[in-house]
Amino acid sequence: MRCVNTDVPSIDGKGLMMGKPAYADDLAAPDSLIVKVLRSPHPFARITNIDTSKALALEGVECVLTYKDFERRPVTRAGQGYPEPSPHDKFILDEYVRHVGDEAAVVAAIDLETALKALDLIDIEYEVLEPVLDFEKAYGHKSIVHNEPEIHEMFPIGFEPKKNVAASYNMHVGDIDKTLAGCDVLLESSFYTHAQAHVMLEPHTANARIDYQGRLVIYSSTQTPIHVRRIVSQALGYPLSKIRIVKPRVGGGFGGKQCVHGEMLLAAITLKTGKPSKIVYTRKEVFESSYSRHPMRFDIKLGATKDGQLKGIDMHLLSDTGAYGEHALTVFMVAGSKVLPLYNKVDSVRFNGEVVYTNHTPGGAFRGYGAIQGNYALESAIDMLCEKLGMDPTSFREKNMIREGETSPIFKIMGEGTEGTAMNMDSCKLDYCMTRGKELIGWQGKYPCQKDEEHKVKGIGMAIAMQGSGIPNIDMASAIIKLNDDGFYNLLIGATDIGQGSDTVLAQIAAESLGVDLDKIVVYSSDSDLTPFDTGAYASSTTYVSGNAVKNAADNMRQMVMEEGAKALSVDVDHITFDGEVIKVIDSDQIMTLSQLANRLYYNEDHKQLVATNSYVGTKSPPPFMAGFVEVEVDTETGKVDVLDYVAVVDCGTTINPKLAKVQVEGGLVQGIGMAMYEEVHYNSKGTLITNNLMNYRIPTRKEITNMHVEFADSYEDSGPYGAKSVGEIGIDTPPAAIANAIYNAVGVRIQTLPITSEKVLMGLLQKRQEENDKSDEDTHYA
Amino acid sequence: MLRVQLTINGYKKELDVKPDEYLLESLRKNNYLSVKKGCDSSSCGVCTVLLDDSPIASCTYLTVKADGHEITTVEGIQKEAELIADFFGKEGADQCGYCHPSLVLTVYAMKKELVKPSDEEIRAYLVGNLCRCSGYLGQHKAIKAYLEVAV
Ligand code: FES
Ligand code: FES
Repeated sequence: MRCVNTDVPSIDGKGLMMGKPAYADDLAAPDSLIVKVLRSPHPFARITNIDTSKALALEGVECVLTYKDFERRPVTRAGQGYPEPSPHDKFILDEYVRHVGDEAAVVAAIDLETALKALDLIDIEYEVLEPVLDFEKAYGHKSIVHNEPEIHEMFPIGFEPKKNVAASYNMHVGDIDKTLAGCDVLLESSFYTHAQAHVMLEPHTANARIDYQGRLVIYSSTQTPIHVRRIVSQALGYPLSKIRIVKPRVGGGFGGKQCVHGEMLLAAITLKTGKPSKIVYTRKEVFESSYSRHPMRFDIKLGATKDGQLKGIDMHLLSDTGAYGEHALTVFMVAGSKVLPLYNKVDSVRFNGEVVYTNHTPGGAFRGYGAIQGNYALESAIDMLCEKLGMDPTSFREKNMIREGETSPIFKIMGEGTEGTAMNMDSCKLDYCMTRGKELIGWQGKYPCQKDEEHKVKGIGMAIAMQGSGIPNIDMASAIIKLNDDGFYNLLIGATDIGQGSDTVLAQIAAESLGVDLDKIVVYSSDSDLTPFDTGAYASSTTYVSGNAVKNAADNMRQMVMEEGAKALSVDVDHITFDGEVIKVIDSDQIMTLSQLANRLYYNEDHKQLVATNSYVGTKSPPPFMAGFVEVEVDTETGKVDVLDYVAVVDCGTTINPKLAKVQVEGGLVQGIGMAMYEEVHYNSKGTLITNNLMNYRIPTRKEITNMHVEFADSYEDSGPYGAKSVGEIGIDTPPAAIANAIYNAVGVRIQTLPITSEKVLMGLLQKRQEENDKSDEDTHYA
Repeated sequence: MLRVQLTINGYKKELDVKPDEYLLESLRKNNYLSVKKGCDSSSCGVCTVLLDDSPIASCTYLTVKADGHEITTVEGIQKEAELIADFFGKEGADQCGYCHPSLVLTVYAMKKELVKPSDEEIRAYLVGNLCRCSGYLGQHKAIKAYLEVAV
């Protein structure tokens, strides 16, 4: 391997670091109108009166729009394949506002100051409605979050808005009740996860203009330019062919930019005024008015035999999609489909539940996409079961987990919104990940805990995880490769680099196939006019799905070059060799360089452009696997928990760029650790998000992260480009469960509600002490 | 409007600014686009610039307060930025890149300020520069390697 599986620096990193203009706001037209949104102060209300005349009269205000200016066309902002598995329940602007921060009106003015003044001048009256603020009480609540007749599902997803249900689902394998009844040991428990915020450092940003051809051009910080184009077109009833979406550099996405945020309003303003405009969310808007991770409650039952054979898993899930149903069903399904197959030796599985509407900030796509929530619940429950069985949790997992060559019926039953696809685990080195992880953390000897000083205890814990590589039969990617004069190539891809390094990784794949150094591949990505179709950066799909498309296109190009080379050398194509740079006639001195061929093709003789293209859609979604181990230290006086070390051993097939992959896993781990311990979400009783800025929503800083160890298993996935599977999401999945398990192993306190704060640990410790005291009192009593 | 005199990246500039305008806004308006915005509360560090060689959060620093001072953005230290970028590239520690122009500036300021800083000192100095992509460890390695060469 020449380019693949090597640590080349990313192709864009240096320019970005040196501060070259590259992000959406850097590329806005200098005279852009500033777009600001009037946002609801109420969690649920109807606009009874809205008067924009004073705002419009203000000098410098170009445009003010309310729901009255739009036709009622429900869409979903979720950037998913079409038809979307999310309900069409959102209007560009509506008479109703459904969460604090929801959009009530939009203004465009010559500068920020004027725009903000204009917002103040809009006279708006609301009829305040009773909000639904507790997702456990949303089902059948007397307030109905979505009562409008136009909204609909695109195909059956269990949509029942009158009951506040955005989606529901129900599946089973075997007879779970019977299986559980026959088990020696049962565990029943509930777990809660919270609405983690993405906190990508670049806020949602877009700018729009009408170009010299009269086309609407939007530069958007998005993960899914093709979906943005479609949604904007649908929402405005404006022809798709007249919209161009350019994705510049994106300052992080993590799923948060797999959605339309502001683009519809921006497009409306620019179409109406004919002038360029831009929108940049404030951090408060990112928190309140974009979306977050779906909060969930899991009710789990597990059953096993005495000797530690897991027999049945019953999982009921309630998910809070907030005010709109973006990714409602699919995140819900991933919470099952990406954890249940881990334990494929069970007799029965049941997975069911609802996704309910509330008057909260909407839930949406977020790295891990339900799998992290499901992982926390199931992998905590497994440890609790192990305790009942008196078994080391690593031995239990080794006995029950999925292995290479095996399958699970879940794969066929559960896809993302639709049925799934059956597949075998052709590459699964989870067993190696376990063994190696145990070795690295020093499981033997450290499990379950060690008392250090007076009130400090160290504990270790672990969890296993799997994700997927794209959505089979749905996620499609294509690539175009163009040979240029002098013999270098352009790689045109619709795949969206959002910071994960996909431009680099895809260039490496192309360079490998074409047999050239990386600098001979010039990448241009994500411009809906210039680059080919690609569903976008989500579902851990880019390396696998887009990577396969790039490899296929590059293989085609190689073939074309050889054919043209043979023609130029007047021999049959079977009589030449081509190493990427030199075409040589076998058993002869006759050679021609690629550069010579290209110049001949374009300047001198053949007058023929070589362009190769190919597409790929996966027929399976080979999961990357990981075993995560953590060592924590708990202060029994304060409940404070420190993560001392995190070991992650990952099977993602071949790593195309090991260093980039490693840093990506580390970034995922830190986000997972953040979700587990630091990032708290609070609403007040009136339904306002209190943790709506970076002062009180705390993400991990470099002070908290001092030690992590990421390693990759030696693995090769036949269906992947050069053996690769995905690596984007898997890193985030294990920290919540592994940390919860480690804390239990340290001090016997089980936290079942994320995040795991010092307060909760301390409360647990106090309660335990109390119970122990009560028990010893009782013992004395009986004695 | 008030007129302020600043030396930006070594050049004397006169800017007309509003009394309540923050430096971040003034700089971006005048095409110093390397300075990014991530929050509005001095919490993320991506708007960092150097004011007379010390890092400050430009999103909460009134431009009028900077009158007469020297401002450095990453455009002003391109050679050093390129050198630092090479170390990051080697570690794969550049992902979305949004945190990097400011981080480069802060690392550059730290190098001038601290002699042979320990791991803890490095982390403490850079604690205000958040990164959501990288997990920090790769960056830390790159920074240490750079300091060894640069000190
Ligand atoms: S933008 Fe200034 S610290 Fe975040
Ligand atoms: S690389 Fe994205 S925030 Fe640091």
